[in-house]
Amino acid sequence: MHDGGGARRSEAAMNEAVSLVALAAILIAAVARARWAPDWVVAVLGAIVVLAVGAISFSGARSALRELGPTVGFLAALLVLADGCRRAGMFDALGAWMAHGARQRPRRLLAMVFIAAAATTAVLSLDATIVLLTPIVFATAARLPANPRPHVYACSHLANSASLLLPVSNLTNLLAFHASGLSFARFGGLMTLPWLVAIAIEWLIFTRSFSSDLRRSATGRAQTPAVELPVFALCVLAATLGGFVLSSAIGIAPVWVAAAGALVLQVRARPPVKELILATEPTLLVFVLGLGIVVAAAGQHGLSSAVTSVLPSGQELPALLGIAAVSAVAANLVNNLPATLIILPVVAASGPGAVLAMLVGVNVGPNLTYVGSLATLLWRRIVHAHEEETDIGEFTRLGVRTVPLILVASTVGLWLALQVV
Amino acid sequence: MRAIVWIAEGTWEACVDRTRELLPGDAELTLLHVAPTDVEDVATRGAARLLGRRPPPPPGPPLRAIAAEEAQALLESAQSRLGRAAQLDSRRGRVEREVVEACAGADVLVVARDGELRAGPKSLGPHARFVVDHAPCQVLLVWAGEPAAGPPPPDHRHGSPHPD
Repeated sequence: MHDGGGARRSEAAMNEAVSLVALAAILIAAVARARWAPDWVVAVLGAIVVLAVGAISFSGARSALRELGPTVGFLAALLVLADGCRRAGMFDALGAWMAHGARQRPRRLLAMVFIAAAATTAVLSLDATIVLLTPIVFATAARLPANPRPHVYACSHLANSASLLLPVSNLTNLLAFHASGLSFARFGGLMTLPWLVAIAIEWLIFTRSFSSDLRRSATGRAQTPAVELPVFALCVLAATLGGFVLSSAIGIAPVWVAAAGALVLQVRARPPVKELILATEPTLLVFVLGLGIVVAAAGQHGLSSAVTSVLPSGQELPALLGIAAVSAVAANLVNNLPATLIILPVVAASGPGAVLAMLVGVNVGPNLTYVGSLATLLWRRIVHAHEEETDIGEFTRLGVRTVPLILVASTVGLWLALQVV
Repeated sequence: MRAIVWIAEGTWEACVDRTRELLPGDAELTLLHVAPTDVEDVATRGAARLLGRRPPPPPGPPLRAIAAEEAQALLESAQSRLGRAAQLDSRRGRVEREVVEACAGADVLVVARDGELRAGPKSLGPHARFVVDHAPCQVLLVWAGEPAAGPPPPDHRHGSPHPD
């Protein structure tokens, strides 16, 4: 009897250790981005190892995949949709629209950047804002000519803080959307106030912090290239958005709406098949699935109970504030995707309000550091120590000014919305 | 006399105009622009935030090329406004440190107040403050625009040197 119990305990300890080591290895690979150890390969190996040692059963892994599968499919459709918008020239048109609307005034340009970045993030996800919109904003500000710092920093901040609105605005939202059981429209309805509050605070802090950069008009070379409005892509996007909102009423899962929108845009653009497959970022999809299995294994062996011990439960305001704060800290330590996978199963038990409070934390929190997490920051400091010196002081100061304020105000906004909506 | 004229977006015209008015005609002039690398870094390497993603580089010229092209265009605008011969010096890096470094061997640096258009300590932003504090040469500090009347300087017996 005694021996059997001891063996079980040592097996449990071994399973716990293996899952945590596998999780750590995946995170290190994702942050380090070494050519010889791609993160998606490490994620697959990690999943195989936790299965092989029995840290997760085959049925456990299958149910983790069943949970994540639809989310990953949804993500693939959204990535193709954003790629279709890029092919249709939507981001060049946004650049021309911002330059035209700025009328040589940096402050007006900042307002245009806020509108463009908040809308792009909400509808096409933070990935589109970071990868496709930010370079356009840089070029637009530099050509004004204005100091591009306020505009580029704003774009980078809003990619996170304006990703609260819709399930499609952030991969973390997609994961939480599936677990929360909310309809698309109700998710958006509850998050509208927190989203607006976050954008308003960003605007106030940015215009105050960069007041002198923004005050002076640019003079000289007014050059706003005329760009044709991508009417077709805009119509498809609007129809897709409408489809999302109506999806639960008409009984179609939003993933099919996204797939239809992506298909219509790409059929018109007719890109080479290889490019289309690359647009879905297959390695990201594999990475998310592998990471999901390893997190599920770690969750069964102590990680979930550790998270439960530090996370408040319930949906009252103090609990929501606590959940947002803990989630923000976790996102800053290990990046927000693993943080979401780790925290989500625990908060889902407290109800949709708690899930949304977690999203406020994991989405807004990464603005505290320049690259989204302390792990990434430390790694970059080691690897890029000999490259051009980069001053991250101002970015960090902006993070310190905005993040705590937005965490509190947006969570209060969420609590109010939960009472009303 | 060797003079460096710091050309920055939003304030460069004042620097060029005061240089033309106040520095001797035979002064050896260098127009200096510094592109901040942190902004390019945020704009190009933001994908490092996205765990597991490796998106293709965005289409179009690299941001470094756009920054270099715009810096050159700004320096050329400054030179044509100046209307006399000058060397053009386009640098990249931490702006305030590059400006101080460029001043080595120069007799005077022309720099604009880049803060509030009102007398007082806030009339210098952090970059111009750093440059004024650390420049190894004489500094000609100019207003970029017509300053509003600031508050009277603090009373030396009671007030602190920087009331706000």
